[in-house]
Amino acid sequence: MSAQGAVVIEAKGLRKSFRTRKRRKTTTVEAVVGIDLHVAAGEIFGFLGPNGAGKTTTLRMFATLLPPDDGEARIAGADLRTEPEAVRRSIGYIAQGGGTWNEATAREELVFQARIHGIGKSQAQARAATAVDAFDLADYADRNCKTYSGGQRRRVDIALGVVHDPRVVFLDEPTVGLDPHSRVHMWQAVRRLRADGMTVFLTTHYLDEADALCDRIAIIDHGEIVAEGTPAELKREVSGDVITVDFAEGEDTGAQDGATVAETARKAVEILVAEPYLRSAEAREGGGVRLTVDTGKAAIPRILRTLENAGLEPATLELHRPTLDDVFLAKTGRSLHED
Amino acid sequence: MPKVLRDIWIVFQRHILLMVRKPLWIFLGVAQPVVYLALFAPLLKPALASLGADSMSAAYRIYVPGMLVALALGAGLYSGFGLLEELASGVIERLQVTPVSRVALLLGRALRDVVMLMVQAAIIIVLSLPLGLFVKVSDLLLAYVTLALITLTAASFSYGISIKVSDPNVLGQLVNNVAQPVMLLSGTLLPIALAPLWLRRAADWNPFDWAVNGMRALFAGHGGAPQVWQGIAIMAGFSVVVVAWSARQFAKAVR
Repeated sequence: MSAQGAVVIEAKGLRKSFRTRKRRKTTTVEAVVGIDLHVAAGEIFGFLGPNGAGKTTTLRMFATLLPPDDGEARIAGADLRTEPEAVRRSIGYIAQGGGTWNEATAREELVFQARIHGIGKSQAQARAATAVDAFDLADYADRNCKTYSGGQRRRVDIALGVVHDPRVVFLDEPTVGLDPHSRVHMWQAVRRLRADGMTVFLTTHYLDEADALCDRIAIIDHGEIVAEGTPAELKREVSGDVITVDFAEGEDTGAQDGATVAETARKAVEILVAEPYLRSAEAREGGGVRLTVDTGKAAIPRILRTLENAGLEPATLELHRPTLDDVFLAKTGRSLHED
Repeated sequence: MPKVLRDIWIVFQRHILLMVRKPLWIFLGVAQPVVYLALFAPLLKPALASLGADSMSAAYRIYVPGMLVALALGAGLYSGFGLLEELASGVIERLQVTPVSRVALLLGRALRDVVMLMVQAAIIIVLSLPLGLFVKVSDLLLAYVTLALITLTAASFSYGISIKVSDPNVLGQLVNNVAQPVMLLSGTLLPIALAPLWLRRAADWNPFDWAVNGMRALFAGHGGAPQVWQGIAIMAGFSVVVVAWSARQFAKAVR
């Protein structure tokens, strides 16, 4: 949580279950089993998890669309249970599928959306014009919505969600189904919301999206938050950076004549293991050394110097930074994209 | 302006805009009554003789008001399908997250249906003029009030059901099952006067039957007949009940 930002989303023990009836048998699905979180003003906060993890259910509860079974939440200072009207005045919500009338144009939709938020007609028109510029809609803003491509439609959805200048924006899977170009365009639009002072809460099941776009993320699985932090923190916490060092066979090793790759590696481990900045050092099967460090970039020159001083010269040295998938794997025991 | 009126106006304007963009629906809705007008009415002249229709012109004066009520009922009852489409497209959810008045979501739409029916009724009345229909402007205005109340009631009922069940199959079945007996028991197309006594007594409990009687009196030139104010008063009361029920369904579903 950033120190200067006030908390704008605050949830405690939020729960939701759904009852489904099939052939007289009632089964209860625990969609969200207790969410605690804080989101600070001006953050892009990402909810990362596989499909069915409870992301959309949580988002819909925050957006006043679903009443929670239990727990409480405050959005922009208003109580979700007792003051849904006040919550609605300070939020924008962009559903996964969006929602526009086919026969209306984006500009008409923007004016309409601003007006039902209580904004006067001329002011609403001015806001629509600003949104058309800000979200780059000018080329098609006066065509009917049914003619839009997926990426165009998505930008209109976002513009509609924020035309009344809300404090908090809820975005459900903002880039699902978009081509890479539209995706980047979309990310820019989301960053612009932050630049305009809004707090963005988004769900995603894309690791790269959570990594590139979000200031902080919470990983959700089976209706629970299993990890929370900045992407860098989470990755560091799980494994740190991994550096692998390989040695070439023969003369180039710099070791005594006849030393095998494996022997060289063992020797390297002996030398390196005492270094304070290393978390671990081990010889790999088949040669080479695997080192884990807190920050790889800073460690590389020191590792090289240490090895050189010992008369060892690595052939290759590679830095692997952990991905959010490693984090997900560590926290849930499976890869995000297995299912 | 109070917020609810302002919201009704904004939602109404939006739906009028959408209606103007797709005017085909206005004409499709009016096509069947026009066909009825041309083909069925002449056949009904002998049947309508029991109501005092001794000429083609008299037959139309009985037939056209009934048909207008049938059109208002039908158009209103089927309007829920449009709402189901909006539910599926996500538009309703988009509005749900705004502070827009829930009553406005209902009435903005229902009033658009009223306007659409006014246009359709005008088309039918104009086409009936050369066939010998004659109606005074003051009587026509009262007829329009009756039709507006019928449309408002039928559309509100349909929207209430749609938002409650949000299933086109259920809506279709229900609307059919409601529309058939209601139309029969109000003598819209076949005059209820031809029915046996028990059926006529049953019709007394149908508000739309009172509306049809009022409409027929107006088109017969009896603007001051008691059926006219009875029809309007009963329809007005009934529409208040149905709109209130439907508004409740909206408030519950679109929390």
